[in-house]
Amino acid sequence: MTSSGQISQSDIILATEHLSRVVGAVTLVNDISVELHKKELVAVVGPSGSGKSSFLRLLNRLDEPTSGTVYFEGVDYRQIPPRELRRRVGIVTQRPFLFPGSVAENIAFGPRQRGKDLPVEEIGRLLLQVGLPGFSDRNVANLSGGEAQRVSLARALANSPAVLLLDEPTSALDQEAKLEIELLIEKVMRQSQLTCVLVTHDVEQAARLADRVMILEAGRIVRVGRAEEVLHA
Amino acid sequence: MLNAFFKGPLQLGLAQAAVAAMGALMVALLARRRGIHLETDTMVALLRGAVQIVAVGSILVILLRGPRWTSGLLLAAMILAAGATSRKRARDVPGAFKVSTYAIACGAGSVIAIMTWLGVIDTAITTLIPVGSMLIANAMNTNGLALNRFRADVLAHTGEIEAALALGAAPRQSVAPYSQSSFEASLIPAIDSLRSLGIVWIPGLMAGMLLSGARPFYAAIYQFVVLAMMFAASGLTSLVSTILIRSYVFTPAEQLIIRPGLAIG
Repeated sequence: MTSSGQISQSDIILATEHLSRVVGAVTLVNDISVELHKKELVAVVGPSGSGKSSFLRLLNRLDEPTSGTVYFEGVDYRQIPPRELRRRVGIVTQRPFLFPGSVAENIAFGPRQRGKDLPVEEIGRLLLQVGLPGFSDRNVANLSGGEAQRVSLARALANSPAVLLLDEPTSALDQEAKLEIELLIEKVMRQSQLTCVLVTHDVEQAARLADRVMILEAGRIVRVGRAEEVLHA
Repeated sequence: MLNAFFKGPLQLGLAQAAVAAMGALMVALLARRRGIHLETDTMVALLRGAVQIVAVGSILVILLRGPRWTSGLLLAAMILAAGATSRKRARDVPGAFKVSTYAIACGAGSVIAIMTWLGVIDTAITTLIPVGSMLIANAMNTNGLALNRFRADVLAHTGEIEAALALGAAPRQSVAPYSQSSFEASLIPAIDSLRSLGIVWIPGLMAGMLLSGARPFYAAIYQFVVLAMMFAASGLTSLVSTILIRSYVFTPAEQLIIRPGLAIG
């Protein structure tokens, strides 16, 4: 790292440096330093309460680190306006939390925050990408769990993020919908050249999708490396 | 009946207060039978209320004989006290006291000032203080309702708010639906009061004016005037409060402060 806070390796898109978050007497995330490379999918696995979601929330600054920081494209993220950072580092959560209204309104939400009206064709293209062609005018109240999660993914993609954080995106879905979303994640990553961080408690899912796996316990990394090495160690 | 036993106004007043307090205590005892323990809170509230009103009444007697400028000081003190009381409705919302005080000062304060300047409220301290206090008290209640509703809505919709933030929304934009619903909900009692005026209830001011010999028509009109001013003061207070509070529930890094629990997962 240089004195101006720049990381030199060009293929590193996101890097955490001694990242910690303590709330009261609870250490949620404990001194995590890890680098994420462009176009890779890193799975974060660990038991409940191990700090997986807390770690993810620090990556797009929905929570504030109590020490350490994150570098996005080599820049300390505290120097990036939060809205700009969150547009570039999108998130899909376990529950989709769609806004009342139509599917199209939800997808257009992110760009509209920057004063940009998403063209109808672009909304159609995103819906096609997530396997929901013709869903534009549907009311979100009438969607199934799997469909809502696909809309949530399309909504995040509408911001053209460079990194996508996936917080247990399939844990509320049945087996069939879960496998469909997994295939979709792989397809979207390939098409949109995305880097993904996937939080999951499902080790098999991590093995199916991840290039690298990071195992957390009590907020600390206990193992990190290539999926086949870490999961079969 | 009490008149037969208590002849002096002081004794009669104390006896009436004791009987009324017993009614309130009866409710606490009935609640206790259903396993709801309100006895201590009721006792403390009754004693505190009695001491406060007697103390304030005594001070008012002195102040009402004082120069007119003291009314400004008294009304300002009332606004500060209203801000402190109102804050309790949004205990874990940062800046609740500041927001409440600004909002009540802006809402009730401006209505009092404008209406006094226009001559709707008489500048005599004996009119200005009671009418002003009514406007401030109503603004305080409305502000408390607005903050309470806002806090509850934010806690119930944390997921939606953070989803909006995560998509790059401005903090104010992410809580705008809850700010709006809080404003609307806080005005329901004021709207209902105006709507049912004279049909469901005859307010105290009008009853007092009638008892003290005022003409019924003027008493009715002035009651309407006071209620309309209360509505204006409450509405303005709630509007200011629900606009200001939006800035206080986020950190400078645009992170939501009030959340139901920690995301430890």
